[in-house]
Amino acid sequence: MTYTKRYDGRKHDEMRQMEAKINVVKNADGSAMFKFGDTIALAVVYGPKILHPQHMQNPRKGILRVNYDMLSFSVPERKKPGPSRRSQEVSKVTEWALNSVVDLESYPNTVVDVHIMILQANAGTRCAGINAAALALASAGIPMKEMISAVAVGKIDETLIVDLIKEEEDYEDGEGATDIPIAFLAKSGEVALFQLDGRITPAELKEVVKIGRKACKEIYEVQKKALKHMEEK
Amino acid sequence: MFREQENNEIIEESDSIQIDEHKKREIAIPGEKIVSGKDFLPGDGARREGEDIVASKYGLADISGRLVKVIPLSGAYIPRPGNVVIGRVTDVTFNGWLMDLKAPYSSFLPVSEVSRFVKGDLTEYYDIGDMIVVKIDNVKSKGIDLTAKLRGLGKLERGMIVFINSNKVPRVIGREGSMINLIKQETNCDIVVGQNGIVWIKGEKVEDELKAKDAILFVVSKSYVEGLTEKVEKYFREKRNS
Repeated sequence: MTYTKRYDGRKHDEMRQMEAKINVVKNADGSAMFKFGDTIALAVVYGPKILHPQHMQNPRKGILRVNYDMLSFSVPERKKPGPSRRSQEVSKVTEWALNSVVDLESYPNTVVDVHIMILQANAGTRCAGINAAALALASAGIPMKEMISAVAVGKIDETLIVDLIKEEEDYEDGEGATDIPIAFLAKSGEVALFQLDGRITPAELKEVVKIGRKACKEIYEVQKKALKHMEEK
Repeated sequence: MFREQENNEIIEESDSIQIDEHKKREIAIPGEKIVSGKDFLPGDGARREGEDIVASKYGLADISGRLVKVIPLSGAYIPRPGNVVIGRVTDVTFNGWLMDLKAPYSSFLPVSEVSRFVKGDLTEYYDIGDMIVVKIDNVKSKGIDLTAKLRGLGKLERGMIVFINSNKVPRVIGREGSMINLIKQETNCDIVVGQNGIVWIKGEKVEDELKAKDAILFVVSKSYVEGLTEKVEKYFREKRNS
């Protein structure tokens, strides 16, 4: 039996309900929350500030440090708190993705710290984290080339779908599940993050990029609304 | 042992970012086009991409004449030469003082940049924990050079310190100092607003200082409202009546 009808009744190219909000943490220099349905990511930005240890300082430009953390209550079964292999990997790829948009040349020897916390997880946490971090960086007044949006595209059995949930990620019948998180720059459309977990053909991969690009346009609109909205308080 | 002069005049002069309260401004998002045309020049927080002027920061897009710039709404204080700021002494060395300006770089005030002749123990002049009004002389990649030689700069004695977002400082000062003068007048307080968002208030009574603090926090919370000076006048009238 092929996977044609999605568990939560969405269309194949339909995203979960998204929500974004900036300046949620008063004491940070910038902060934002981003939701994909049940997945909630909170991003907090501090800096630019002096970087210690000094040997890490770059006299040409400021550096970006990203820390991704899934909180212990974010999943049904309590997660052991603290860094793990997985969280270190996600921190690293998020840092690379964000590094392609931030422009820290005017702040040499400094650091911008981004902390991403997953308050509630139901797949797509690294994508929600990138979306939240982009908003938080913007709200912290960090110079950026453009915005960045990320989404997870997947192949469940033989069907390509967008914005997976946990049950779909764990699908095992037929060809199983393939999870592909992608991040695009909003204006130029360049790819900033591309990971692949599973199996897929090159032809399908082209289709995946197309689906992801369309979804990221939607996400960008949500991000834009969150940033524009701020003044009307 | 040293009494400082009145610390007023130069603070207002340093208000380089004058905000026009009556102009309509739009929020700009990084990467978003603000205007297009070869006539415009990109200023702070903007850049040129072909025909278009594009925002490279999140903030209010401000078009004055040909110059297009983006005024940030939030974020950390970025030091600029010429800014008058308030800092706290964090360490005393043999030839000057290390200071904390709440800025991304460490800052140093050398003895030679202090107006008086200083001899012997530097802690007798400024000690750790003292708040000093200083001017930023130079910003280098390794740190900030300070000076305290001009009139109005120097140690702050007694009074109260309030921290605000440095991006709201132009609003607290107002056009040509209109807002800060209004608050000074209404509360009988001496106020110094550092560009780094540290505000020093000193009045005869603590009540006056608290009144001034509340007024400043009111301005900060209403910083997007147009015609803010009138609003603050009304705020003071209401306070007096209640």
